[in-house]
Amino acid sequence: MAKKIRVLIAKPGLDGHDRGAKVIARALRDAGMEVIYTGLRQSPEDIAAAAIEEDVDAIGLSCLSGAHMTLFPRVVQLLKKKGASDIPVAGGGIIPPEDVPKLKRAGLKGVFGPGTSLQDIVAFFETAASGRAK
Amino acid sequence: MGGEDALKVLKERKKEWERKTLKDSLQSLPERKKVFATTSFIPIDRVYTPLDLPAFDPARDLGMPGEFPFTRGIHPTMYRGRPWTMRMFAGYGSAEDTNKRFKYLIAHGETGLSVAFDMPTLYGYDTDDPEAEGEFGTCGVAVSSVRDMDILFGGIDIGSISTSMTINSPAAVVWGKYLIMTERRGVPWTKLRGTIQNDILKEYQAQKEWIFPPEPSMRLVVDTFEFGAKRVPQWNTISISGYHIREAGATAVQELAFTLANGFEYVRWGLERGLPIDEFAPRLSFFFNSHNDLFEEVAKYRAARRVWAREMRERFGAKNPRSWWLRFHTQTAGVSLTKQQPLNNIVRTTVQALAAVLGGTQSLHTNAYDEAYQVPNEEAARIALRTQQILAHESGVANTIDPLGGSYFVEWLTDYMEDGAYKYFDRIEQLGGVIPAIRKGFFQQEIANSAYRYQKEVEDGERTIVGVNEYAEDEETPVERLHVTKASFRRQLARLRSIRRGRDAKRWATSLDALRKAAEGHENLMPFILDAIRAEATLGEICGALREVFGTWEEPLLY
Repeated sequence: MAKKIRVLIAKPGLDGHDRGAKVIARALRDAGMEVIYTGLRQSPEDIAAAAIEEDVDAIGLSCLSGAHMTLFPRVVQLLKKKGASDIPVAGGGIIPPEDVPKLKRAGLKGVFGPGTSLQDIVAFFETAASGRAK
Repeated sequence: MGGEDALKVLKERKKEWERKTLKDSLQSLPERKKVFATTSFIPIDRVYTPLDLPAFDPARDLGMPGEFPFTRGIHPTMYRGRPWTMRMFAGYGSAEDTNKRFKYLIAHGETGLSVAFDMPTLYGYDTDDPEAEGEFGTCGVAVSSVRDMDILFGGIDIGSISTSMTINSPAAVVWGKYLIMTERRGVPWTKLRGTIQNDILKEYQAQKEWIFPPEPSMRLVVDTFEFGAKRVPQWNTISISGYHIREAGATAVQELAFTLANGFEYVRWGLERGLPIDEFAPRLSFFFNSHNDLFEEVAKYRAARRVWAREMRERFGAKNPRSWWLRFHTQTAGVSLTKQQPLNNIVRTTVQALAAVLGGTQSLHTNAYDEAYQVPNEEAARIALRTQQILAHESGVANTIDPLGGSYFVEWLTDYMEDGAYKYFDRIEQLGGVIPAIRKGFFQQEIANSAYRYQKEVEDGERTIVGVNEYAEDEETPVERLHVTKASFRRQLARLRSIRRGRDAKRWATSLDALRKAAEGHENLMPFILDAIRAEATLGEICGALREVFGTWEEPLLY
């Protein structure tokens, strides 16, 4: 049997809006993945360390406070610094369209705005993580 | 309802209708689905009649407006006397940026102010704290000092307009800054009107902007009740909020039940402090969400008023009718707004605002159509305000009180809401009360379950969201961006530096020491907080001192 995909769902920064993160965590679990939810107020350092420690196949970040441009790329940079740049990172939340290409250039593999279907997100993690989960 | 005989006749008539008229109709045109349900999953019948209200007693269950149990409204004339307060939640960037927006909204006819603070302020951090990185002014205004507060209200007559502040864990400190700002302007505290949200319980349950553990947080809340009742008598020292509970995913019944349960918990804490109920209860206010389902929302507000009045009078023994009043602010549902085809959000907001008005709200914020993108731009905020003005002056809905009262459906749904709330009160009681239930993650899990159920229904197409899972378009509508500038950020940092340099260091240190010492004991902390603010201690410094004594809260992890 194939190894279960392990995903870290994390809330970077001070933002307390956790509805989306929790719904995504549950949808990924229902799709057969192992989900580690960090809870709120994680620094990018906490998140990168947790991802490596838990040996996850992908990371999903959620931020609705508008701090995504600072926090999301930081996670990608820290993973790179720690030699874990093969862990794909995706982000979601209140993200204006003009920020999407910027985040992609900063190394995020997926950026999801409001109204994205759970199916699309599950499919993203299945594909993104397939390179690692063996 | 026309006596027993009339009901008998109606019962026969309904049976007959089901046998013939309805049956024929269903045969030629079956209904669109098996179960019709509200936004909050309540199954709704085809039609409601007096038969659905067997025990309905209009004098007992509704009364008259301005009279117990206030189902129809807390005032005898409601909007015929004065329309609801149009209070737009606003804040971004620096105090200067938001002051400009306040003046813009006042110039366009808003009648009350409402401050949105940024994330660091909500958590009791100054703008220059490392924890605040990247969060300055993105979803509200940064207020670290009295000087920020003074700039925020620059050129605004704070003695005549009422001000609401959405601030919770650091509410005592932010309110303190407002009070010292007014003191320096020479406006007496007895003249001030406004509200601090100060509802910490729903933070643990839903909004998640907490600093300290529940017990010291509740102490701070009661400190403001006590201080406010004596010194700032027209101020609402709490706004017990269902809004965020609903936004986090709760159903209407859960929003109603958890909010009222929290309300009773604050009353208990006030009584335990030894405060006479009729001294602090009249300053308790409420805040609800208005989601898409019009009748469900109206029923929720009506049930809320009735349950609160009954419990305050009968369970808690309040004698002053003002203690029985459930006065509330409403905000339309941010969570209902879509990024897709954003102009459709104007229509959603209109329906939601209508529900709030039909439900007898005291004040209202209408969301702007661009809020799935950002904090609203000027034009979007103006249209949102105009929506309220059109409802108030053109639609005719403000002409009579509780126009849906007596509707068989709405009365049935009001009773349903009330029953649902009492069932939750029992469950919370069984868990040992509100705070033990928070520690067990009860509210958090209930809310997460409802949020997931809702999303699954959208996903499975059982629930239609126009422009998202039906009637979708490929083209994106451009939305004008609102940018928080680097110049605002630099100005804020410079201001903080100059405050720290310019103050009397000895007086500042002494005031914070006194606060720490008082926090270790049992005194009311408001005078100590005010002294520290007079000594120019910043928000982050005061909350930091309290953190040292109280510690911080870690929430149970679940999803």
